Amino acid sequence: MQSKLYADASTALSGILFDGMSIMSGGFGLCGIPENLITALRDSGVKQLTVIGNNVGADDHGMWAVLANGQIKKVLASYVGENKILERLYMSNEIEIEFNPQGTLAERIRAGGAGIPAFFTRTGFGTAVAEGKETRQFDGENYVMETGLVADLSMVKAWKGDTEGNLVYRKTARNFNPMMATAGKITVAEVEHLVAPGELDPDAIHTPGIFVDRIFRGSNYVKHIERKTTRERPAAAASPVVT
Amino acid sequence: MAWTRDQMAGRAARELRDGFYVNLGIGIPTLVAGLVPPDIKVTFHSENGMLGMGPFPYEDEIDPDLINAGKQTITELPQTSYFSSAESFGMIRGGHIDLSILGGMQVAENGDLANWMVPGKMIKGMGGAMDLVAGVRRIVVVMEHTEKTGAPKFRRQCSLPLTGTAVVDLLITDLGVFEIDRKRGGAALTELAQGVSLDDIRARTDAQFAVKLPGG
Repeated sequence: MQSKLYADASTALSGILFDGMSIMSGGFGLCGIPENLITALRDSGVKQLTVIGNNVGADDHGMWAVLANGQIKKVLASYVGENKILERLYMSNEIEIEFNPQGTLAERIRAGGAGIPAFFTRTGFGTAVAEGKETRQFDGENYVMETGLVADLSMVKAWKGDTEGNLVYRKTARNFNPMMATAGKITVAEVEHLVAPGELDPDAIHTPGIFVDRIFRGSNYVKHIERKTTRERPAAAASPVVT
Repeated sequence: MAWTRDQMAGRAARELRDGFYVNLGIGIPTLVAGLVPPDIKVTFHSENGMLGMGPFPYEDEIDPDLINAGKQTITELPQTSYFSSAESFGMIRGGHIDLSILGGMQVAENGDLANWMVPGKMIKGMGGAMDLVAGVRRIVVVMEHTEKTGAPKFRRQCSLPLTGTAVVDLLITDLGVFEIDRKRGGAALTELAQGVSLDDIRARTDAQFAVKLPGG
């Protein structure tokens, strides 16, 4: 019987990768990124990649490793700050970056996964983002046409998943992962906790298993924090005096 | 004299209304989160997929799965909800967010905003800024009145690549406050920072504006 279950990232990617392919990779900054799959992608050495994601890692972390290894030729992203190698490659014309407004990127992926080839949005009208794109008025408002996106492979990260491929994300680590899971010709998911069918509440599943082709339990998560920001705990209140 | 960063944030906080859902940009706008008047309820939206942002965590509460759009660690509140980036920007694009307070590099007198790119210099990307200005009902920009060189940032036209056209409703600088009628075009100076004269502000502004100061 067919199984979606794989032992680890490299076996889960076996037979899928080829030079010149497009890959969606979930996460916002370094939050909710498929750490195991990114490492396996780097180790595979596959080249000339088009990578679609909100960011392309940050210095020394995440998709940065694949970029630093010279495997990426084009990036679709909304924000690439905190990434010196990417900045250098872009300034020297060694890499192509297509900037998409974050909401447009999210919606293009959602649309691609839902079989919608294009949609109209107000975002970016009258800016460089709209150059060369069809525009149209609806009820007197100006809109830009944006196209749906699909990729050869989507790599997503969830908190929990079952062997059917049902996924549950945790807090703001959800971000781009649910849409990307729907928009990969093949979708591979890594999860922190792998459980048997029936252990997840069917009413609380974020990504139904139909969108997930392969799943494995990831290991050794780093979850590097880009901007650790804290506040001081107020000095302990004086103990009430009992008389 | 002029307003400090905290005073600019304080002026921006006066734009908050009871029941508002609000998105704050990075920089001075982030300070507004700590300035909500105690008698109103405001819910902060973070475009990476969260409504109901709490304060920064104590050291022992840090959770790498819980960050804001500026990638800072934060906490949740009893009313918090989480959602995908697509749903988050559906809230923005769909006009469900009442107010966004953003930083700016340049603002034009018709409400054009440039805040994402300096050609040849800064290539970080627009993130969610273009979606916010296109979709949020009211846009307040908080920025220094001039560049460090003294060049005016409130201009007849922006020279930097635009984030959006005719999107700014209110501009707060260290020198004063301007209301912008982005439907009909036209800006009006409505407040001066303490110690700043009308002549001061005229000398450091490229944009044309009417003067509608209280009592003036």
